[in-house]
Amino acid sequence: MKKVKQIRVSKPFDLLSEELVFIILDLIPSDLKSFSLTCKWFYQLESKHRRSLKPLRSDYLPRILTRFHNTTDLDLTFCPRVTDYALSVVGCLCGPTLHSLDLSRSASFSAAGLLRLAVKCVNLVEIDLSNATEMRDADAAVVAEARSLERLKLGRCKMLTDMGIGCIAVGCKKLNMVSLKWCVGVGDLGVGLLAVKCKDIRTLDLSYLPITGKCLHDILKLQHLEELFLEGCFGVDDDSLKSLRHDCKSLKKLDASSCQNLTHKGLTSLLSGAACLQRLDLAHCSSVISLDFASSLKKVSALQSIGLDGCSVTPDGLKAICTLCNSLKEVSLSKCVSVTDEGLSSLVMKLKDLRKLDITCCRKLSGVSITQIANSCPLLVSLKMESCSLVSREAFWLIGQKCRLLEELDLTDNEIDDEGLKSISSCLSLSSLKLGICLNITDKGLSYIGMGCSNLRELDLYRSVGITDVGISTIAQGCIHLETINISYCQDITDKSLVSLSKCSLLQTFESRGCPNITSQGLAAIAVRCKRLAKVDLKKCPSINDSGLLALAHFSQNLKQINVSDTAVTEVGLLSLANIGCLQNIAVVISSGLSPSGVAAALLGCGGLRKAKLHASLRSLLPLSLIHHLEARGCAFLWKDNTLQAELDPKYWKQQLEEIVP
Amino acid sequence: METEDDLCNNNWGSSSSKSREPGSSDGGNQTFTGFTSQQKWEDASILDYEMGVEPSVQVFDEMKASGQANVDFLQGVRAQAWDPRTMLSNLSFMEQKIHQLQDLVHLLVGRGGQLQGRLDELAAQQQQQLITTDLTSIIIQLISTAGSLLPSVKHNMSTAPGPYTGQPGSAVFPYAREANNVASQSQNNNNCGAQEFDLPKPVVVDERESHVVEEHEMKDEDDVEEGENLPPGSYEILQLEKEEILAPHTHFCTICGKGFKRDANLRMHMRGHGDEYKTAAALAKPNKESVPGSEPMLIKRYSCPFLGCKRNKEHKKFQPLKTILCVKNHYKRTHCDKSFTCSRCHTKKFSVIADLKTHEKHCGKNKWLCSCGTTFSRKDKLFGHIALFQGHTPAIPLEEMKPSASTSAQRGSSEGGNNNNQGMVGFNLGSASIANQETAQPGMTDGKISFEEPFSPMNFDTCNFGGFHEFPRLMFDDSESSFQMLIANACGFSPRNVGESVSDTSL
Repeated sequence: MKKVKQIRVSKPFDLLSEELVFIILDLIPSDLKSFSLTCKWFYQLESKHRRSLKPLRSDYLPRILTRFHNTTDLDLTFCPRVTDYALSVVGCLCGPTLHSLDLSRSASFSAAGLLRLAVKCVNLVEIDLSNATEMRDADAAVVAEARSLERLKLGRCKMLTDMGIGCIAVGCKKLNMVSLKWCVGVGDLGVGLLAVKCKDIRTLDLSYLPITGKCLHDILKLQHLEELFLEGCFGVDDDSLKSLRHDCKSLKKLDASSCQNLTHKGLTSLLSGAACLQRLDLAHCSSVISLDFASSLKKVSALQSIGLDGCSVTPDGLKAICTLCNSLKEVSLSKCVSVTDEGLSSLVMKLKDLRKLDITCCRKLSGVSITQIANSCPLLVSLKMESCSLVSREAFWLIGQKCRLLEELDLTDNEIDDEGLKSISSCLSLSSLKLGICLNITDKGLSYIGMGCSNLRELDLYRSVGITDVGISTIAQGCIHLETINISYCQDITDKSLVSLSKCSLLQTFESRGCPNITSQGLAAIAVRCKRLAKVDLKKCPSINDSGLLALAHFSQNLKQINVSDTAVTEVGLLSLANIGCLQNIAVVISSGLSPSGVAAALLGCGGLRKAKLHASLRSLLPLSLIHHLEARGCAFLWKDNTLQAELDPKYWKQQLEEIVP
Repeated sequence: METEDDLCNNNWGSSSSKSREPGSSDGGNQTFTGFTSQQKWEDASILDYEMGVEPSVQVFDEMKASGQANVDFLQGVRAQAWDPRTMLSNLSFMEQKIHQLQDLVHLLVGRGGQLQGRLDELAAQQQQQLITTDLTSIIIQLISTAGSLLPSVKHNMSTAPGPYTGQPGSAVFPYAREANNVASQSQNNNNCGAQEFDLPKPVVVDERESHVVEEHEMKDEDDVEEGENLPPGSYEILQLEKEEILAPHTHFCTICGKGFKRDANLRMHMRGHGDEYKTAAALAKPNKESVPGSEPMLIKRYSCPFLGCKRNKEHKKFQPLKTILCVKNHYKRTHCDKSFTCSRCHTKKFSVIADLKTHEKHCGKNKWLCSCGTTFSRKDKLFGHIALFQGHTPAIPLEEMKPSASTSAQRGSSEGGNNNNQGMVGFNLGSASIANQETAQPGMTDGKISFEEPFSPMNFDTCNFGGFHEFPRLMFDDSESSFQMLIANACGFSPRNVGESVSDTSL
């Protein structure tokens, strides 16, 4: 926008050729380049330049596509209802220029529209048909008409069977990325045929499919296969993998998480030929990660990342893993409750190159491990250690001193104090910091962060009750790139914090659930200055009323999700929200004070609504035909009836939680 | 060997020259020594001229016996591949035989001088043939003995009998066809022998692979011996002519000429022609006549008369047929028109009536179909078929396409008997589904819009820039926008803003 203004001042339009403008536009970040309102010439230029579109309503497709006739990428995720008519519009107006189409959040189209699309858009390379739960084999046969298709997503198309996949396999020979996640009707035969017919496949997602190891014989013969996802394939067991011998040198990533029937024998044959494997995910594996199990990793010594989340791990197993795969850079051990200090220390001692470590909920770990990590992994970029509550506050001092490259740090529910934060503030590239339920930190510690970590994008202070306006204002002053902040249940925070946070103009997500002291005034300040605001959670902020929502509705045109449950909002505020074009999720669980007709008008006004959470009492008050109408438009309803629970004291709340989880 | 042959020729030459000698006055010096040396023999044979014939006959008998022994001897070789003692006995046996032959030749030579007046040229030829036959048998023995010495040779190869041992004792081939068979067999034998000597293992592996590849072809022939791996040459190959194969009857009564399909039926028929056919021996199965003590019957295999067929003996990877029934079924299935059509589907054709009957049992039960019209009873078979052939796709069965009641009646009429264009049915159904959907719309219940124009792929060509108008705008859309207008007026914002705002709003 600034550039546009400068141009207007000097009026050098004659010197500016179309090509130059296009080059300038290419360099401006994508979401700032709507400059068409400046003059007629720019209006025309934009229609020539714009390649990707994300329309908010499918009804306007004819007009939009006539204007932007060079559209190559069309994202219809904001359009919950895309009819065959709309698809035929896309087919006729885009024709061969269209390359990619996203229909993953849309419904109510059928084989006829898809056929029109497939026949007209001969250069269609990518299509996302996920969540088309009504899609049958006949529709899949139509998709097969799109011969040039390379990337196809069919996640959660539950009605599809082998026959439909067979049609696609034969029709779309150029496929290189296929996702069949949750296509529970597709079995060995369909997947096997896909592997036989489409030789170019690089990425294949077979998560939660009822396949056995039989089809893997064909799949692992694919010459270019790089990524294979087998998450939750219970049929893949040792027996069906017994005779598997392959030589899939191209395989880089294998996700075998939640494969309950896969033990180290099956894994050994699965990994037998994958010498170049880099990433392996074995999360929620049924067998114990022991010495035997680790021996199956012999063939994959080049491994860089391993995921063992939720497995039972023995110290011997960890030792063997780090001996066999000593180039590991990422290790994930979240929810491995059996990890001990001994095992983890031996692991991190061997892995000097470690970049990412996830030890979330490894509750047996103490400060010894953390000290060892800090001493032996100076290159650490990401450390997630939520709920390692045995770790003493002194251990955190070392982290800041040794691991200067940290970018992501999750210290939720830990004993860290202000001194720890002071040492962490020396990690200059820190971009994500989570300090939820850290009861020992105060404004003083937070001010170190605000002064040191100027690159911070995400800050989580959920239930860190020691924080007040002072701490927030130092953060707002120092971290101007902040995009996400969570100050839920920090009860001392007032409008002052919000006013200071409004300086962070890049703010997208603002969560202030359960802050009784913030009012509409503070919200208005944020709404006015943070233009990118997309997600706002104001639940249980009783001082928020309609005036706050009016400000939001007027200024925050990018808002997608809002929660105003248990606030003083009435139908006036709700109705004003209809002004926001891209609003998708709305949660208004208010037991009294809302008139049904007002809510009805608000719901009808928000044309792009996908999800509405309302109080159960409204269900009977709203006309049934209206609810049906909205559901047909693609809006799902959730009816809540939880009576207001008394707020608990945060410290007491934590004690209670620990009693439940030993 | 050659020297022996030469010797033999010399002898014959000398004897023939001798026979001419009295006529020709000038006796060559070179033959003179021979002449003088043979004179002793002459004297000896003069003495017992009358008896002179008998020893020769005796020798002939001996030779026949030795032919018999020859077979036994070869079987000995067959039984034990390499044994020095057997080898020694073999060699001494051969030595003995050579001596016998030498004696015989001597005898003939000696007698030749005397008989010249009485025996004509024909008799001389007969003698010559006799000796040549004997020589050849010696040569064969030598070869087979030498063959057993080669270490890399497969056991059964080394024991493969020579071409002539099939007819022990018969020097001249009685029938032209058999001669043909034997000749090709020996050729076959030689070929394979050479291959095996060069690369015994790879050849075998290669054959296995070809089995796998052409498995689907093999399946048609139900009685094919897949596991049987007879080495070429270990069996006798018979080839029936096309007419014989296709003839309705194969057994004919020699008296009245009536034809029968089975030999047993013929034998039953023969009883009517006289009492001599009613004896137990005449009614017995002829195959079982073979004397238990004699050598085992040579296995018989059959060749298809169609040139270029894999079942033809000229084919490189020849695979013989086991029985005459196999030959008949194979020939009809592979090289004849399929004249029997299934009465249910009217598509499948067969040349063997038994195949038709088998098919008719299952016809209609195959629900897995391919775009080429082939049906399968099993899903995995269909997918195997599709994986094998380029361009074939699974055809979605009609019932699966739309389970709506409204269209099923319409569909029922067109459904009858079209097996070939199933792949195209989807388009019609597509339109049907739209119609369904339209009626299912909320706010559409007044039924103002009738979706008459069928959505067919033909329309695409005519569809131009504004062609999408053939989809009528839905009632629903209008209602929505009117709703919006209402609210817009109430709240004081213009709907145009919403319309123009693409994901990123301009500020």
